[in-house]
Amino acid sequence: MKARLSLTVNGEAHDVLVPVHKTLLEVLREDLGLTGTKHGCELGECGTCTVLVDGAPVLSCLALPVDLAGATITTVEGMAEGGRLHPLQQAFAELGAAQCGYCTPGILLTAQALLADRPSPTRQEIREALAGNLCRCTGYTKILDAVELAALRIGVPR
Amino acid sequence: MMRLPPFTYLAPRTVADAAQALASHGAAAMLVAGGTDLYPNMKRRQFEPTVLVGLLAIRELRGVRGGAREGITLGSCTTLSAVAAHAEIAAHYPALAAAAGLVSSPQLRNMGTIGGNVCVDTRCNYYNQTYEWRKAVGFCTKKDGAICLVAPGSPRCWAVSSSDTAPVLWSLGARVRLHSPTGERTIPVEALFRDDGIEYLAKRPDEILTEILLPPADGWRSAYLKLRRRGSFDFPVLGVAVAVRMEGDVVRDARIVVGAVASQPRPAPAAAAALVGGRLTPELIARVSGLAAGPAKPLDNTDFTHPYRKKMTRVFVARALASLAGLAPAGWPAEEVA
Amino acid sequence: MSEDPRGSFEGKHEFTVIGQPLPKIDAWAKVIGETKYADDLFLPRMAYGRLLRSPHGHARVGRVDTTRARALPGVYAVITGADLPRVRFGILPVSQDEEALCTEKVRMVGDAVAAVAAVDEETAERACRLIDVEYEPLPALMSIEESLAHPEVRIHEYGDGPNVHKNVSLQFGDIEAAFARADLVREDVFFFEGNTHLPMEQHAAVAAAGPDGKLTLWSSTQTPHYVHRLLAKILETPAAHIRVVATPVGGGFGGKLDPFAHEIAACRLSQLTGRPVKIACTREEVFYIHRGRHPVLMWIKTGFTRDGDITGCHLRTWLDGGAYGSYGVASTFYTGVINPVTYKMPVYKFEGARIFTNKPPCGPKRGHGTPQPRFALECQLDKAAEQLGLDPAEMRKRILAEPFTKTANHLTVTTIGLGECIDRVVEASGWRTKWRGFRSEGASTAPSEPPPEPGRAGGARARTRRGIGIACSAYLTGAGTAVYWNNMPHSGVILRADRSGGVAVLCGATDIGQGSDSILAYLPAEILGIDPKDVHVHPADTSLTPVDLGSYSSRVTLMCGMAAIQASQRLREVIAQAVARKLEVEPGALAFRERKVGVAADWERAVPFAQAVELAETTHGVLAFAGSYAPPKRAGKYKGGGVGPSPCYSYSACVVELSVDEETGEIELHDVWIGHDLGRALNPLLAEGQIEGSVYMGIGEALMEGQIFRKGVHKNPSLLEYKSPTTLETPEIHTFLVETDDPEGPFGAKEAGQGPLLPVIPAIANAVYHAVGVRCDEVPITPEMILKGLELRRQGRPARVGPARIPVFTFKAPVVVESAFGQPADAIAVRPFQP
Repeated sequence: MKARLSLTVNGEAHDVLVPVHKTLLEVLREDLGLTGTKHGCELGECGTCTVLVDGAPVLSCLALPVDLAGATITTVEGMAEGGRLHPLQQAFAELGAAQCGYCTPGILLTAQALLADRPSPTRQEIREALAGNLCRCTGYTKILDAVELAALRIGVPR
Repeated sequence: MMRLPPFTYLAPRTVADAAQALASHGAAAMLVAGGTDLYPNMKRRQFEPTVLVGLLAIRELRGVRGGAREGITLGSCTTLSAVAAHAEIAAHYPALAAAAGLVSSPQLRNMGTIGGNVCVDTRCNYYNQTYEWRKAVGFCTKKDGAICLVAPGSPRCWAVSSSDTAPVLWSLGARVRLHSPTGERTIPVEALFRDDGIEYLAKRPDEILTEILLPPADGWRSAYLKLRRRGSFDFPVLGVAVAVRMEGDVVRDARIVVGAVASQPRPAPAAAAALVGGRLTPELIARVSGLAAGPAKPLDNTDFTHPYRKKMTRVFVARALASLAGLAPAGWPAEEVA
Repeated sequence: MSEDPRGSFEGKHEFTVIGQPLPKIDAWAKVIGETKYADDLFLPRMAYGRLLRSPHGHARVGRVDTTRARALPGVYAVITGADLPRVRFGILPVSQDEEALCTEKVRMVGDAVAAVAAVDEETAERACRLIDVEYEPLPALMSIEESLAHPEVRIHEYGDGPNVHKNVSLQFGDIEAAFARADLVREDVFFFEGNTHLPMEQHAAVAAAGPDGKLTLWSSTQTPHYVHRLLAKILETPAAHIRVVATPVGGGFGGKLDPFAHEIAACRLSQLTGRPVKIACTREEVFYIHRGRHPVLMWIKTGFTRDGDITGCHLRTWLDGGAYGSYGVASTFYTGVINPVTYKMPVYKFEGARIFTNKPPCGPKRGHGTPQPRFALECQLDKAAEQLGLDPAEMRKRILAEPFTKTANHLTVTTIGLGECIDRVVEASGWRTKWRGFRSEGASTAPSEPPPEPGRAGGARARTRRGIGIACSAYLTGAGTAVYWNNMPHSGVILRADRSGGVAVLCGATDIGQGSDSILAYLPAEILGIDPKDVHVHPADTSLTPVDLGSYSSRVTLMCGMAAIQASQRLREVIAQAVARKLEVEPGALAFRERKVGVAADWERAVPFAQAVELAETTHGVLAFAGSYAPPKRAGKYKGGGVGPSPCYSYSACVVELSVDEETGEIELHDVWIGHDLGRALNPLLAEGQIEGSVYMGIGEALMEGQIFRKGVHKNPSLLEYKSPTTLETPEIHTFLVETDDPEGPFGAKEAGQGPLLPVIPAIANAVYHAVGVRCDEVPITPEMILKGLELRRQGRPARVGPARIPVFTFKAPVVVESAFGQPADAIAVRPFQP
C-alpha cells in the first residue's frame, strides 16, 4: 500500500508517494535525500535517528510519515538558518562534542528541544534530556559542556 | 536496516470507525498508537499483521480531563511525556507520573502512549529477538514454535509483563474503558490482565482501550520504584507500586502491586492487609516487604538474574513504603522515587 | 635546514596551532549532517545486498540451493562460496582461516553462507529466506573448557593443538629466584568477560565494479590498506585495479579492522550484476562481526618486598578466541607483553593460550589485549598494598618504571609521566583524606560492620557506602611492526602547495572520529605558518593517498604526524630557498607565520604565503613533497619479540570515587579523575575527548557490558540488551593532560585514545572494595556479585567474588631470555626513509 503524502520538513513541503510501511527515517534518507538523519538500531533503542516533530524529539525509525501530515518536521539539515549555524551546532564544533559525529544529529536536535523548553538547564537536566541518545565516543562530557555553552550564548546573544 | 513488513494502514478519525475497522479485518488487524512497542516487534517479525488500525488521528483519545477531587480521565493515546508532566497527576498520583516518566527514553515517551504502555506486549529475552535469531535458537511458543525456552517443561508461556504504568494503575484502583462495535464497558484495570505470556490481555480482540479512569485521590499517597540496569531505555525487570491512604500516621488502606516478575502485574494483598491499622515504622515495613515479595515469581528471561529480582522485590517494597513514610534517607537514586 | 623531522622545532613551545583547542576540521560538516558515512552513499542503479547467515554454531555445509531465491522478482544475483575463488584469508598471515561465504563448515551462528543483490533491501531479505542450505550440525563448543575437553571436535585443523589457536611462553630472568627474594608472594585468579565495540554506525560497504574490470569499494573501515591487499587476494583481482575508500567512520574502536564478508560479497555481487551494490549490516550482524574484547581468564603470581617493590611476576592467560583467528595471535601476546612497561618488574614470565570456540571471533578492541591483564595486575597490587600496609597510590609511585630504560622483555621505554599523572589525580581527588576517611575505622581494612541483609532494615537506615580506588597503566603508541612483514613505510604523506596559497595533504589514514584528519592539517599549518583552514586533507583512498597501515594501535597521530612533518619540512625548505633568493637573505633567517614568510628579525619584509609559494613554484616547478615514517626497529631478539615494541608508551593514572548500595548491590559512580601522559597535546580538546571516551568505555566494561552467550546463541545482540552506559551512568570525568615531550613523537606527542581506558576498570574494582570490602576479581561487576560478596562477609568468609579455577592446560616450554630490565634504552637510531 502506497500513500501520497505532503511532509513539511525543515520548512519545505515535500510531496512523496511512498509505501505506508516505510518509516520516517527511511523516507527522509532514501526519498528526500536527507542523510543527516542516522540510524543505529532502527528499533528505538539508541536515539541516533532522533528528529523533531512539532518541536518534540521523536524516533524517526518508529514514526510513520502517514501519521505526520500537517506536522512540522525538523532534521539536522534544518537547524542552521540562512547559513548561520544554530548555537548548539557552533558549540558542538568548537568544543569537540562531535567525535565520529554519527550520534551528533540526534543529540543536537534533542538538545535543541531541551533549550527551547528550558533555556538554562542544569547539567543534570541536560543529562536527563539526553538520556535517550547513546554515544560511544565522547563519554558525553564534551556534549554536556557544549549544550551548556550554547545555552549560555542563547541567553546572552553575542 | 531493520524494516517493517508491508501492511495496509487505516487512520480512522473516530473511535467508532476504529472499532469497525478492527472488527471487519479480524485477526489480520492490529491496533497501533505510538508504535514504540509494535513496530520494533514487527521489524523482528514477532507480529505480522497485514492491517494496522492507527489511533493517532482520533482526537478524542488524547488528553487528560478532570482533577484529583473528582478523579481523572486519561485518553488512552495521551503520550507518556504528557502524563509524566501533568501537574495534577504529579501532585496527586505521583506514582503514575513517575512510572510514565521512567518508561524507556525521552524520545520514546514523546511517542508512546499510556494506553500502549498498559497493553505493552509481554517480553522475554528468547522472544524479543529477530526472526533469524529465534530460528537459530529454536522458535518458542509465543511465536512460531511449540515450547517455552525459559521453562521447557511448562505448558504455558512465561513472557514477562513489562509495563511500568500497569502496576501503578492497579495500585491506584484505576478502571479502563473498552470500546467495541457492540458497546462499551468499564472494568477495573486488574481485570484487563491474564497470567499468560501469550494471552496476557483479557480484553477481546475487537475492543479498543479508550480511557483510563483514576479514582479521586482522596488522601492516597503513592510511589513507584523501578529496577533496571540503566537509568534510561531499559524495561523494568521489577517494578513496585505502592499506594496507601493514611489517617494521621495510621494506614487506613493500602495496595501493593509488583510488576515485571510474572506475565501480569502481581498484587500482594496479604502484605497490603498487614499494613492496615499500623504505622509505617521500619519494623512494620520490614515485615510487610517480606510478605510482598512472596507473589513475585521471576524466571530467567530478562536482564539480571531472577534470584536477584526476587530478592530486590523485598528491598524495593521496603523503600517505596519508607519513602511514603518520610523515612527515606538521602542517597537514593532520586529519579526512582516518586 | 635540518631534515630531522623535529628539526628546529625541538624544545620549542611557542606554537600557534599546536596546543590550541581548535575545532576539528571535519566538525562543521558533522554538525550540519553533511558528512557522508558509507550507508549515506546512494549511487545510480545501486542494488542492495544482504547476507544469509548460519543459524548453527557449528555445522558442515552441504548443498546450498539458490533456485527459489533467484526466481524472486527483483533479485539481481545470488552468490555462495562457490562464486568466489577458493582462497582463505585472514588479517594476519599466520591465521588465514576465513571464508567470506562458508563452503565447508560454518563455525558460529552468524557465519555467512550466501549473499543476495536485489532491487531493495526488503527483496534481498526475502530472497535470503528462500535460499535452502543443508547443514549437518556438529557439536558447538561455547567455552574454553568445552573446547579443551573435546579435542575430537576440531573447529579448525590448524593451530598449536586441538582447538588451541596459539600457545606462547616467554620467560625473562629467573622467576623462581625472584619469588624467593620476595617478602610477599600473591597468587590470584581473575576473569574479564568479553565485550564488543558497539560503534553507533553499523558496518556498511558500497562496491562498484566497472566494465573495465576495475573495482571501487567505499567502506566503513579503519584499515583501507589491509582491505585493499586482501580484496586482491580474495577476489583474485590485481591490487592495481582495486580502489578502497574509507568513508568517514562512525565509530570503530577496533571493530572495523578486518576485511569482512559483507565487503567481499558486495564486491563480488557488483562484479556479477554490473551495478553498484550496497550492503549495510544490521545491529545484530555487527554483534556477529565482533572482533571485540577477548574473554580472558588469568592467573597471576607476583612477588613483593615489604616496601612494595615487585621482585618478579608470572602471568598466565587463557583467551576465548571465538571462531576465527583475526588478530588473535597478536591479542594473545598483548595480554602479556605490555605488563612490564608500567612498573619496575625485573623478572617476568608470561604464558598465554588462545582457544577456538564457536562464537563470533574476538580481536582488537580499544586497548587490544591489555585491559584484561591490567585489571588483574592492578587489583592484585591493591591487595598487596593492603597486606603490606601501604597506601596504594604511594606504593605505585615508588615502583614506577624508569624512563629511557628497557623492560625485562626488552621493550625500550622513553619518557614516563606516570608519577605526575598519579600526583595530579591524587591531589585533585582528595585521595589522601578520602582513602582514609571513608572508612569509619580509618584503617585500610575492609569495613568491619556487617552489611545488612537486603530489605530487613525496613528502608530506614543509610545503605550506601563510598569508596575510592586507584590504578595505573601504560599503552603503546603504534605497533612497531606491520601485520604483514615488510620494510616499507608504515605511513606516508604527500603535501602539495600551489599559488592559491592552499596546501593539500594526501594520506591513507582513516578518521574514525579521533581527529586524524585534523592532526594532518595542524602539523603542516604549524610548520608552514598558515591557518589549518588553508590545508585541505584528502584521506584514506588507496588510489590517491600514500599507504597508511590504518587506524589501530594508537599509531596514527605519531606515524602520520611524523610523515606529515617530514613532508612539510621539505616543502618549507623549497619555499624558504625561493623567498630567501627574492629577499636576498639566508633561508635560515626566515620565519613562517601569520600566513607570511619573511625575515624573522625584520618582519616588515615578509611576503604573503601565497606569494611565497608562487616564487617557489616559479623556480622549482610543481610543489609536491612526500614524507615517510617507519618506527625504529627495536624488536627484542627472540621469537615473539615483534609484538610489544612501540616508538613510545603513554601512561595513565586513574582515581574513581563511587558509592555502593549495600542492599541492592548497585554501584553509582560519582567522579573519575584521570591523568594521562600523552607527550604533548597537539590539540587539548581532541586529546581530552579521546581520554573521556576511553574512560567511558572502561566504565561500560567494568560495570555492564558483556558479549555473552546462552544455548549456543548471542544472548543480547541489540542496543537494548547489550548495556551501554547512557548520560545517567556516566559520571563527571576530570582529565589532566601531562606533557613529557617525547623525542619519538611529532612535537613530542604520544597516544591518548586507548591507554586511558586501561586503569579505569581496576580503579573501579578497587573502589568497590574500598567501599564495601568485597573483592570483585571478575568484570563486569554486577549487583549480584556485590550481594554475593556481602553475603560472604556476613558469614565471616573471605568476601571475594570471581573465578575459582583455572583450566587444566600445558603451556609450551618457555623461550627463556635474559631480562633486559634496567638496561639503558637504545639511542634513537637513524630513522628509515631519511635522505
